[in-house]
Amino acid sequence: MKRILSFQDLHNLYEDVKEQTDMRLHKLNQAPDFIQLPEHEKDETKVRHVMVCADTGCIASGALSIADVLEETVNRYGLQDKVKVVKTGCFGLCSEGPIVIVHPERIMYTQLKPEHIEEIVKEHLKDGHYVEHLLLGAREGDPVLLFDQVDFFRKQTRVATRNCGIIDPASLEEYISQKGYLALAKVLSEMKPQDVIETIKQSGLRGRGGAGFPAGLKWGFTAQEKDPVKYVCCNADEGDPGAFMDLSLLEGDPHSILEAMAIAGYAIGANLGFIYIRAEYPSAISRLLTSIEEAKKAGLLGENIMGSDFSFDIELRLGAGAFVCGEETALIASVEGNRGEPRNKPPFPAAKGIYGKPTVINNVETFANICPIILNGPEWYKTIGTERSPGTKVFALAGKINNVGLIEVPMGTTLREIIYEIGGGIVDDKQLKAVQTGGPSGGCIPIQHLDTPIDYESLQAIGTMMGSGGMIVLDETTCMVNIAKFYLEFTVEESCGKCTPCRFGNSYLLDIMNKITRGQGEREDLDRLYHLGETIKEASLCGLGQSSPNPVLSTLRYFRDEYLAHVDDKFCPAGECVSLMRYEIVAERCIGCTICAKNCPVQCISGELKEPHVIDQEACIKCGICFEKCPTKAIIKI
Amino acid sequence: MVINDQSTKFAELDRFIDELEISDKSSALIPVLHHAQTLFGYLPQEVQSHIAERLDVSVAKVYGVVSFYTFFTMEPRGRYNVSVCLGTACFVAGAEAVLNEFEKQLGVKSGETTEDFKFSVIPVRCVGACSLAPVVMINDKVYPRVKVSDVTEILAEYKDA
Amino acid sequence: MPNVNLTINGMPTTVKTGTTVLDAARTVGIKIPSLCYLHLPDVDVVCKNSSCRICLVEVEGRRNLAPSCSTSVTEGMVVRTDTARAVEARKTMLELLLSNHPHDCLFCSRRESCELKALTDEMGIDELPYQSPVREAELDTSNFSIVRDTSKCILCRRCEAVCTEVQSMGIYSGVNRGFDTNIDTAFNTPMSETVCTFCGQCVAICPTAALIEVDNTPAVFRALRDPKKTVIVQTAPAVRVALGEELGYPVGTNVTGKMVTALRRLNFDLVVDTDFAADLTIIEEATELVSRIQNKGVLPMMTSCCPAWIKFMEHKFPDFLPHLSTCKSPHQMLGAVLKTYYAEKHNLNLDDLVVVSVMPCLAKKYENNRPELSNEGYPDVDIVVSTRELAAMIKHSGIQFKQLPESDFDQPFGESSGASVIFGTTGGVMEAALRTAYETLTGETLDKLEFEDVRGFDGIKEGQVQIGDLTVKVAIAHTLRNARKIMEEIENGTADYHFVEVMACPGGCIGGGGQPYHHGEIDTLKKRAGALYSADEAKTIRRSHENPYILSLYEEFLGEANSSLAHKLLHTHYVPRQKH
Ligand SMILES: Cc1cc2nc3c(=O)[nH]c(=O)nc-3n(C[C@H](O)[C@H](O)[C@H](O)COP(=O)(O)O)c2cc1C
Ligand code: SF4
Ligand code: SF4
Ligand code: SF4
Ligand code: SF4
Ligand code: SF4
Ligand code: SF4
Ligand code: SF4
Ligand code: SF4
Ligand code: FES
Ligand code: FES
Ligand code: FES
Repeated sequence: MKRILSFQDLHNLYEDVKEQTDMRLHKLNQAPDFIQLPEHEKDETKVRHVMVCADTGCIASGALSIADVLEETVNRYGLQDKVKVVKTGCFGLCSEGPIVIVHPERIMYTQLKPEHIEEIVKEHLKDGHYVEHLLLGAREGDPVLLFDQVDFFRKQTRVATRNCGIIDPASLEEYISQKGYLALAKVLSEMKPQDVIETIKQSGLRGRGGAGFPAGLKWGFTAQEKDPVKYVCCNADEGDPGAFMDLSLLEGDPHSILEAMAIAGYAIGANLGFIYIRAEYPSAISRLLTSIEEAKKAGLLGENIMGSDFSFDIELRLGAGAFVCGEETALIASVEGNRGEPRNKPPFPAAKGIYGKPTVINNVETFANICPIILNGPEWYKTIGTERSPGTKVFALAGKINNVGLIEVPMGTTLREIIYEIGGGIVDDKQLKAVQTGGPSGGCIPIQHLDTPIDYESLQAIGTMMGSGGMIVLDETTCMVNIAKFYLEFTVEESCGKCTPCRFGNSYLLDIMNKITRGQGEREDLDRLYHLGETIKEASLCGLGQSSPNPVLSTLRYFRDEYLAHVDDKFCPAGECVSLMRYEIVAERCIGCTICAKNCPVQCISGELKEPHVIDQEACIKCGICFEKCPTKAIIKI
Repeated sequence: MVINDQSTKFAELDRFIDELEISDKSSALIPVLHHAQTLFGYLPQEVQSHIAERLDVSVAKVYGVVSFYTFFTMEPRGRYNVSVCLGTACFVAGAEAVLNEFEKQLGVKSGETTEDFKFSVIPVRCVGACSLAPVVMINDKVYPRVKVSDVTEILAEYKDA
Repeated sequence: MPNVNLTINGMPTTVKTGTTVLDAARTVGIKIPSLCYLHLPDVDVVCKNSSCRICLVEVEGRRNLAPSCSTSVTEGMVVRTDTARAVEARKTMLELLLSNHPHDCLFCSRRESCELKALTDEMGIDELPYQSPVREAELDTSNFSIVRDTSKCILCRRCEAVCTEVQSMGIYSGVNRGFDTNIDTAFNTPMSETVCTFCGQCVAICPTAALIEVDNTPAVFRALRDPKKTVIVQTAPAVRVALGEELGYPVGTNVTGKMVTALRRLNFDLVVDTDFAADLTIIEEATELVSRIQNKGVLPMMTSCCPAWIKFMEHKFPDFLPHLSTCKSPHQMLGAVLKTYYAEKHNLNLDDLVVVSVMPCLAKKYENNRPELSNEGYPDVDIVVSTRELAAMIKHSGIQFKQLPESDFDQPFGESSGASVIFGTTGGVMEAALRTAYETLTGETLDKLEFEDVRGFDGIKEGQVQIGDLTVKVAIAHTLRNARKIMEEIENGTADYHFVEVMACPGGCIGGGGQPYHHGEIDTLKKRAGALYSADEAKTIRRSHENPYILSLYEEFLGEANSSLAHKLLHTHYVPRQKH
């Protein structure tokens, strides 16, 4: 790409490329413009865009070979001039991956295997008929024609993820075609730093990394500092296990983060930014590196951006496997080459951040909201979401929910809408039990609060927190005691060990939880959990310890009966606590196929062929293999 | 042979350190450790001491950092890293049992390496593929939706490797 | 600095901006417990980890409890230290810290001075609701100075802060994380194999018995009880102004006379004063300086009486060893003189002569074992004990210190000048040397003996003295971090000093690793220094070169300063050591 030497250059380029990707922006509720696609068949100049999700989830399910085969097959059919294959970011419906979307028809093919490609190319791309059995939902007997008409997409509002699934994140030009870097140009050409801060303040944008601190205020504090050297830092540590929003943003739309960081730099008076990213995200790392390089080559980052006198560079810093490094002071320590141990605040990073310099630290998703706010204005932003929590929130839906994936909804959406409309309900139509938000720092929302509109305050009021956006759906088969224990194990493992309450306290909490799940708990243990938990929250040095007992405390609050069942009756109602459950063979259902006996690793199942089998409970190690293998579901968990 | 190989690695590490653009060398510690671990496969004492010397930081600091981050290891790992995701999505989908099964079949605990240095079992926390939970990765190959009963089959792929 | 008004437990108080809640509480007579916090303001020693959480208090309007050690006061702040919420939380913190701590207080060397035990008493802990297996004791007894017992460590990390920030040595680091966190050397290497200087500052600030000195008192008692042995004891300048603290005297009391009597009661055969040797050192060192200046030798010359500083140089700046004065440290000089001059004179068999040094210092326990510091196979000094160990010996022997009469050191090694006394504090060696260098070089008499420029606790002090045509530029550093700064200047060629004094410990030897615990009270160091300066003023002889016994030692035995015999006995050399 040519080097952009002025704001005009960028605007010219934008005018040139802006229609490139328009086709992919499906206007919702607009009448479908396809089926037999006569227009496109006729219009020789028009091409189809075939979007392949090449984000981590889909890559893991084989998206790259799908893209290769697609490319190859298109060529083989001589369609290379009529079909543009684009690797793009996450569509959100990751559990259906690999996914391909054909534009302009808005046809989505899911769960693809390389052998399906030929059919798609021939039937659809060449002949103009869609391939019904590969459509979204076809396998469940409910094929969806226009993918954006399903609730999953219809109920979402995409601000942060606006470009994910739309553009090729590897192409700076495609980013520009979606108004990329126009916000930076606007800021540099028309706005004073103070105006930028004012705009962000007015938008009411709150930090998406968990605590929800107003971004504009934070920028303002940093701007006020006298130090001539300041930094911008993007927190891409995303340590909450089971959450992958930031990953998708970085992979699906890297330039939007870079652009927003430059805007922040301009606003506070910084010329260098850092992205602190976890090493477990190798693909995002390499994508960022190439994007930074490209932006620098194009004159959109680096010295004298677009010919202005503002310079801004961005460097990457890699994490190395420590959840606590997401905490901002630990992050600073880590960037400086130290153990990721948090320190007391104040001083806040706004006053004393990386290398002791005033630093704005924001989450990836927070940055992802900046450019639209600059371009569309704070008033526009405030029309989305609730009064105190404007805008949208990206969630990673996981657990026992049908549509596992990534969604973006306006603040104030209820859990019910998210789970039953967007999320497609619970797997196997089981009973929903609770939703865990906020990861290891958060808590469980029981079904009675299903209609709570989600924003920072309302979640806090019911004993959990927004967190970074992990949303784990739990059903009747999940033991709440066990899930709380899981989170506690996580924090015990991830505690930096610096302060007394977190280092000792959490491991004693875990001791008690282990005791309870092993069936050795007593009533007093519940009080101990409560008191020690509250003290840890009050006394800990950093946010990790201050919130680590939340999963225990919130389950203790809403699911006390489950705890009591473990403690009083030595019984795990969900059948998850291994020590409190056993497998049994229901003689009536057993056909004596011997599969279980053959598979049992400790050979503790006996029985004659075609006769009901029995499990020797003493010897059984409760591995569950027999349960999985039995063809007649004769083996049950009690 | 091996010694020669080692010295090439040290030379490469030195080159990396010399080319660092970070002015304050001690803050380059973590990138340098990442690079060293890629080169050597792990971070034995002599590598850590060497890095301390080159970056002019105390050896204790290097060791403190190495022992803090789970990504760094002081033990050589096996040729195949069996990374079992224990992130929430995977946990809820039954990852723990899968991990136990790998441990049992390979006869090692998590974090350990088999005696023949073929496999290491490493629990990880979310690799970003939660939609495919539970996820197991063996080196770069992803195994989606793994069940306990799949473990034998998965390991069989590496029998003759 | 403007003031801030706040109330603590309902009591109004006014303190300076920037004061911590912990310090503010003292103004209304409340001591909030603390463990990880330690602050010696004037000498820049600060451990502000906020990690132990034992100092939690309630601050109105704050969601959680505030660590008072690291929370600054704000105008109108309302603090409560006495609510159930705060008291219970603090108690829980201590219970947690004790939950895997050995219950060894009866037999623990810190039983009298242990901060953890003291808090357990004060806070009335009488049972432990949470317990986990006591950490196994892994003693590091690899060296002559310091014993580490990790089972007693409570992870306050004061040692790490002091060694890294104050001494710039970085011997310790937190290792592992979570429940497995430990404070350790790299790879758990024995201290003897690290670059530790044995300054003992980590020992001086450890609140528990996790870091203690090597106990040499049994060896001393053994020698004292052996009828064949002649046992000579010498005491360093800084010992006399600190020993009293352990024996019921207020801080800053000079207990020289009683100390000498106590040493006699302990059955030492001869009680002499390292101060004598300090005068000797000055003569040798001043002569060396003058000769370096006159002969264009290596400058700046640097003092060599602090063994921790020497070891620091050997590890970190091996190329600059020629800058160090070749003079042995005073007690080694005295040892050497005792084992030659004195032994010959009294016909003592060297195999039966034991020289014991009572030092404020842990590095000297390592120093006397250096092979360079011996003569014909006989170490100059046989055993070094610290001020604390001497106090313990006095207690073990049932000596009622306060009731003792005062007495004087044995002559001739008991006489000393005021110049030698101030060796014990930062700047003292310099001042003593300047007095002698000035007068010997110019032949004039100083009207004013006090060199104010070189006094006080500033980390690096500079001064210049006009000696004849020459402006002699000097610098004084205490703590190894400050020493390193000077060395870096010398390395870069930006320092133009003639003479530099370095002491490894904050405040010099008065703050040595073997002194009674200061428990973070800067006043303790100040009063000890003050007591040394008063002792100087009280002396009739205040210049080393006027000490008559020194003069006769040269006349009778050594010849002149820097003579070849002096070189053999009083000077030494240094060896480069591993860098990391
Ligand atoms: C234990 C812990 C882990 C955290 N992890 C992350 C993280 O992975 N990503 C993130 O953006 N913020 C994380 N945070 C929050 C950050 O400390 C910080 O508040 C945030 O990055 C600020 O950005 P924001 O205002 O844009 O949200 C974490 C906080 C704690 C206490
Ligand atoms: S709360 Fe936990 S993670 Fe945070 S500083 Fe304390 S020990 Fe470390
Ligand atoms: S659970 Fe496992 S051990 Fe128990 S009977 Fe079934 S297969 Fe055998
Ligand atoms: S696998 Fe099921 S049906 Fe077959 S023998 Fe076992 S219990 Fe019976
Ligand atoms: S260190 Fe203190 S608390 Fe621990 S055993 Fe010794 S005296 Fe007791
Ligand atoms: S304190 Fe109690 S246990 Fe200890 S010595 Fe005295 S009586 Fe015995
Ligand atoms: S050794 Fe002593 S000073 Fe160091 S952390 Fe342990 S208790 Fe604290
Ligand atoms: S003795 Fe001095 S150098 Fe050695 S570890 Fe302690 S503080 Fe550090
Ligand atoms: S300053 Fe004094 S006490 Fe400290 S190490 Fe040096 S000689 Fe010893
Ligand atoms: S990763 Fe492909 S749709 Fe989410
Ligand atoms: S939780 Fe396993 S991949 Fe995210
Ligand atoms: S003394 Fe305040 S936290 Fe330790």
